[in-house]
Amino acid sequence: MLNEKNVFGSPLPRIDGPLKVTGTAPYAAEYHDPGMLFGHAFYATVASGRIASIDTSKAEAYPGVVKVYTHKNRPALASSDDAWKDEVALPGHPFRPLENDRILYDGQPIALVIAETFEAARDAADLIRVDYAADAPHTDIEVEQAKSYVPPEPRKEDFLPTDPRGDAEAAYDAAPFKIDAEYVQEGEHHNPMELFGTSVIRSEDGTLTVYDKTQGSQNSHDLVCGVFGLKPEQVRVVNAYVGGAFGSGLRPKHQLIFAVMASLDLKRSVRVEMSRREMFYLTWRPATVQRMQVAADADGRLMSVRHHAVQATSLYEDYQENVVNWSGLTYKCDNVRLSYELAKTTMSTPGDMRAPGAATGFLALESAIDELAYEVGMDPLELRGKNFVTYDQNDDLQLTSKALDLCYREGAERFGWDKRSHEPGSMRDGQDLVGWGVATGVWEATLSPAEAKVRLFPDGKITVSAAASDIGTGTYTILAQIAAQNLGQTIDRVSVLIGDSSLPKTAVEGGSWTAASSGSAVQAGCLEIKKTLLSLAQKMDNSPLKGAAVEDLAIRDNRLVLDRNDQLGLAIADILGSNEMSSVEGHGKVEPDQEQAKKYISYTHSAVFVEVRIDAELGVPRVTRVVSAIAAGKIINPKTARSQILGGVVMGLGMALHEEGMIDHRTGRIMNHNLAEYHVPAHADIHDIDVIFVEEEDDKASPIGVKGLGEIGIVGVGAAVANAIFHATGTRHRHFPITIDKIMEGLPGQ
Amino acid sequence: MDIATAHAQPKTRVALTINGHRHDLEIHPWVTLLDLLRGPSLQLSGTKKGCDHGQCGACTVLIDGERINSCLKLAVTLDGTNVTTIEGLGTPDDMHPVQKAFVEHDAYQCGYCTPGQVCSAVALLREGHGRSREEIREMMSGNLCRCGAYTNIADAIQDVMDQEVKVGMREAAE
Amino acid sequence: MRPFSYTRAETLGDAMAALAANPTARLLAGGTNLIDLMKYDVERPAAIVDINRLPLKEIEELPDGSIRIGALVSNATVAHHPAVTERYPLLCSAILAGASPQLRNAATTGGNLLQRTRCYYFYDPSTPCNKREPGSGCGAIGGVNRIHAILGASEHCIATHPSDMCVALAALAAIVEVEGPDGRRDIPFSDFHRLPDDHPERDNTMRHGEIITAVRLEGNHFAGHHSYLKLRDRLSYAFALVSVAAALDVKNGMIVDMRIALGGVAHKPWRDSLAEAEFAGQPATEETFAALADRLLAGAEGQGDNDFKIPMARKAIVRALKQAAAGTPQVQSDKQIR
Repeated sequence: MLNEKNVFGSPLPRIDGPLKVTGTAPYAAEYHDPGMLFGHAFYATVASGRIASIDTSKAEAYPGVVKVYTHKNRPALASSDDAWKDEVALPGHPFRPLENDRILYDGQPIALVIAETFEAARDAADLIRVDYAADAPHTDIEVEQAKSYVPPEPRKEDFLPTDPRGDAEAAYDAAPFKIDAEYVQEGEHHNPMELFGTSVIRSEDGTLTVYDKTQGSQNSHDLVCGVFGLKPEQVRVVNAYVGGAFGSGLRPKHQLIFAVMASLDLKRSVRVEMSRREMFYLTWRPATVQRMQVAADADGRLMSVRHHAVQATSLYEDYQENVVNWSGLTYKCDNVRLSYELAKTTMSTPGDMRAPGAATGFLALESAIDELAYEVGMDPLELRGKNFVTYDQNDDLQLTSKALDLCYREGAERFGWDKRSHEPGSMRDGQDLVGWGVATGVWEATLSPAEAKVRLFPDGKITVSAAASDIGTGTYTILAQIAAQNLGQTIDRVSVLIGDSSLPKTAVEGGSWTAASSGSAVQAGCLEIKKTLLSLAQKMDNSPLKGAAVEDLAIRDNRLVLDRNDQLGLAIADILGSNEMSSVEGHGKVEPDQEQAKKYISYTHSAVFVEVRIDAELGVPRVTRVVSAIAAGKIINPKTARSQILGGVVMGLGMALHEEGMIDHRTGRIMNHNLAEYHVPAHADIHDIDVIFVEEEDDKASPIGVKGLGEIGIVGVGAAVANAIFHATGTRHRHFPITIDKIMEGLPGQ
Repeated sequence: MDIATAHAQPKTRVALTINGHRHDLEIHPWVTLLDLLRGPSLQLSGTKKGCDHGQCGACTVLIDGERINSCLKLAVTLDGTNVTTIEGLGTPDDMHPVQKAFVEHDAYQCGYCTPGQVCSAVALLREGHGRSREEIREMMSGNLCRCGAYTNIADAIQDVMDQEVKVGMREAAE
Repeated sequence: MRPFSYTRAETLGDAMAALAANPTARLLAGGTNLIDLMKYDVERPAAIVDINRLPLKEIEELPDGSIRIGALVSNATVAHHPAVTERYPLLCSAILAGASPQLRNAATTGGNLLQRTRCYYFYDPSTPCNKREPGSGCGAIGGVNRIHAILGASEHCIATHPSDMCVALAALAAIVEVEGPDGRRDIPFSDFHRLPDDHPERDNTMRHGEIITAVRLEGNHFAGHHSYLKLRDRLSYAFALVSVAAALDVKNGMIVDMRIALGGVAHKPWRDSLAEAEFAGQPATEETFAALADRLLAGAEGQGDNDFKIPMARKAIVRALKQAAAGTPQVQSDKQIR
C-alpha cells in the first residue's frame, strides 16, 4: 500500500484517464434529452457596418426548422453592461449577440437557426440572405498602430506598465552595445479540439441544467442568471470535461447565450454547437507590434531596457495583457522604461491564450536579449546568468523562491550547451544547418480565492468537491492526490466531483492558479476533517489522543494516530460511530495572503533550450530537440505536470513556426479559418521533448508549495526557436511566425 | 431538386453493424456517419467532432477495420459495413491494450482528440507500416492534438508495439 | 449542405444513366473532398450518385508490365500495393506525402484526380471566386495568396491543384480511362487537367456524363531514379507549397530520359515535356538540373504572398533531381531532406 509520502509527488496516471480513453467522458455537446432541439448560428461576412436587411424566410421554411432568431426578434435580455460582464470581463461594452443591426467584426453571429435536427439547423442557415451597409475594415495592426492609445481604463492594476526607473534613454545612449528592434507577431487562434458547445436540458419545472464548454461553471452560471434574470437555483452549469480551452473558455461564449435563450423561449432542451470556422471568430491572441531597445556594457551587464508594445483590440472592448512588465523584472537593470498601447481593429475582442502577455512579451524580450549577447560577443546563456536578479525590481518585492539559476544549469547540462559554438552557421551537419537557442520564461504564480469540500467515510473513502474545472490540466487527479495524501489513503479511495456550478466556489480555471488554489482548499478541508476527528476523539473515553494537537496527527490504515507513534490512535469508524456520524466533512477555503503580498511576490521560471535543423538550401525547419527546465515549486504529479509543459512547448513551437490567422485586410476576413490551412503542430512536427523540474522549495507561494504549470511551458519557446534559427542561419527573424519561406529567404548565400 | 421535394423523398434504409450490434436505420442521405453516431438515436458520442472536415482526425473510426474520418462519410454509403468506434474497443473496466498504454503514458490531456487517436493507433498497429519512431509520428499525423501530447502518444504506441513483438517472439518460440 | 437525392449505382450503366438524367448530379466515391465542399456550401449537387459499389476496385498487372488501377481503389491501397511499390515507387511516395492515413483510406484514385483547389476564396462562398461562381471575380488576386499559382494562371483564377498523387501521375505520363455516353476513351494525363484561362470553373477535360474507370501506368517505371519532394508549412498533413516529382533514366552519368512534374504551383500538375526533351542527353549534374529549373520556371510570376514559390520551386527541382540521380528518393516519414 502506498503511504502518504508516495501519493504526493508520485507520477500517477490520471483518475479520469479510463473514461477519456474509452470515449465515456461526456463533453458539453454530448448530453441528450428526448425532444432536444439543435441550433446553428449564422455569421456576418463583413467586418464593419450594419445589417441593411436580413431575409430568413427560406431558412424558416426549411423542413424541421422551429425558429430563426435575429436582432429583429430576439427575446428581450438584460441591456446593461453590468449584466453582461462576466467574472473576467474587460473594460468596454461586452458583446451581446443579436442585440442590434451593428456589425463589429467579420464572423459576428447575426442569426440563430433552431431546428429539430442538427442537419436541418446547419443546412437552413445556408439559406439566410443578408444585405449589409458595410464600412471599411481595419484589421492590419501594422497600419492601425498609427492610431494607438493608452487604454483609459486598465484591465487590472498589475497590467499597467510599471513606473520608469533610472534614465533609460541616457543609459541607452551611453552604452557601448545596443539593440533597437521591432518584433511583429500575427494573431493566433486557440483552436482547442472540442468545438464550443452548450447543451441545455430543461426539466419539467423549467429549471435548466446547462452543460457548457467553459473554464468556469460558476462564471457561466452567474452570467446566465444576470442576462436572463433567473434565480441562482433555476440554473446549474456543468463542465465536467472540457476538451481544451487554453484561455478561450475563460469568458462565456455566445453559444451559451443562444442555447439558454432558445430553451427559455421555446420551452425545450436545446443544444448549440459551433463549427470549426466559428472557432476563429470567438477570440484570439492579438496581433502585436513590439519595440525593444536594450543596451549593455562590455561585460554584458544590462544598462537599459525599453519595451513598447501595441496590441490589437476590438471596437467594443479594451482587451489588455501584461506584455511589457516582464522586461523590468526578468533581469537586473536600473534603467527601465515600459509602455503599452492598444489599437482598435474590426476583429472580435482578443482573449487570454496560454500565458497571455508573457508568451508575447518574452518573444520580443528574449529575442532582443539574444541579439544583445551577439552584439556584445557573449554566449547568450552567460549574458542571461550575468544579469540574474534575486528580487522583483518592478515592485521592489522579495521573491518567494527563484530557482531559475538551477533551470539554466540543469537545462544547459541536459542539452549539452557547452558544446555549442558561438558563431552563427558554425554547427553545420551535412545538409542541415544546426542552431541552438535559449530563452528565459517567467509567469506569475498566484493564488485565487477557492473553496472545496472534503468528506471522509469510515471505510476510508473520500469525496472531494469544488466547482473547479479540469481542462486537461490534471485537476481531477491532483485534487485526489492531495486529499489522499492528507487523509492517509490511496488515491483509488478518492472520488473527485468538479466542474459543477453548484459545488463550492472556485474562480475560473486559468492563469495557472487552479492547482495552487483548489489544491490548497482541499488541503484546508482535510485539515478541518482532522481537527473535527480530533475533537470528537478527545471526547471519547480513554482516548489515546487526549492532549494531542492536530499537527501531531496522521491518518494511517483508517486510524487517526499520533504521527510519531502510530500505535496510539483510534479507528475513524469508531470515532464516527461513537458520535453517530456516517462521515465527516471539512470545508476548506483559501485566499491570497494580503499581508504577505506587501513583502513577497511569486513567479514560476523556466529556461528553454531548442535545437533546430534547417535544410541549408530549402529552409525546411525541424525542431529536433527541446529541453525545458522548470522551477515551479512543488510538483504534485510529475506525470501530469510534465504533460502541461509538453503542451506549452508544442503550442510555443506552433507560435514560432506556423500559426497565424491570415487576414484579407481588404475585407477584414480571416481566410484560413480551418485546421487544414491554420497550421497547429502535427505529430510529425514534434520530436521528443525533455522536461526537467528543478528542486524549488517554496513555503509562501501557496499553502501546498505549488506554483502552477499551465502557462510557463510556452513562455520563451518562440524566442528560443527564433534564436536557434539565428544561430543556424545568421538571419534574425523578427516577424512571427517564422514560416518556411522566411527561413529560406534568410539562408546564407541568398 | 427543391428542398421540400428532397425532404419528401423516402429515407434510405441502411444496415450498419456498429461495435458488433446490427442497426437497421432509415436516414436522410445528408447525415454523416459522425453525426449519426453522435446523434440522439445512437448516442455514441465517444467519436468526436473537432472540425467536421477531415482536418483533425478526432472523428476517426474503423470501417471494416480501416481508419477513416467519419465526418466525411455519408452514413447511407456504408450499408452493410462493420463500424468500430472507441466504445467498441474497450470499456473503463476492460480497456484495449492501446487504451491502457494511453493512460499509462499520459498520452492525452483534455481527452477530446483521444478516441480518434486511439482508433488511429489501433489501425496503425494492424496496418504494420509504421515501426520506427519517425514512421509512427508520420502515420499518426492525421490526428491533431492541441494539448500537445504527441510525444506521449508515440510512447504509448511504441510500448504496445514492443509488447506485441515480445508476445510474437514468445509465440514463435513456443 | 443543400438537400439532394441519393441513388446507389450498382453498375457503370446505372451510374451513367443517373448522370445523364440529371445535369447537376455528382458522383460520390470516397467523399473526402465532395462532402467537405458540400458542408461549406461550395458544392451544391441536387443529386448524388453513390458509385462505391461499382466493380472498379482492382489493381491489374497487365502482361506488358503496365498496371491498371481501378478508379475506386483507395489511395492507401495503391501506395502499399506490392506491384505498384515495385514498379512505380514514385507514385507510392507521392501518395504517402499527401493528406493523412485516414483520408488516404477513404480517398479513391478517380476522386484524387477530381479534387478541387484549396484556394481560400473558392472555399468561402462569401467571397468572389470565378471557379465557384463564374463572373464573380477572383478574391485571391490582390488578396491572401500564399498558396497560389506561379505558373499558368490567368486573370480570372490563380488557384492551384492540391493533389500530390496527380503530380506523380503527371510525371509518369499516366493514362486516364473514362467511359461516357460516347463510349470509352483514354485521356493522357497531361491533357486531363486544364489551365484556368477564361473558364476556371472547369478543372479538367471530362465531359458531363463521363466516369473515370481506371488510371493506367505503362512504359518506363523510373523505379531506380526518382523522388517526390514536398515542401509545406508543417511537416505533415498539409498541402504542398511546392512539390516536385522527379524521375530519371541515367546511363553513364548522362540523362537518357527524364520526367519532372510540379505540384502546388499551377492549376494542374505542371509538366513541360518540351523542356524535358531538351535536356535529354545532358550530364546528370547539378548544373544541368539548375538550368532545367530555370527553363521550367521561365514564365513564373508571383502574386505577392507567394513570390517565394519561385525560388523555392527552383531549389526543390534541383534537389529532387539530385535525389533521383543519386537513387536516394525522399522517404516521406523522414523529415530530413537527404
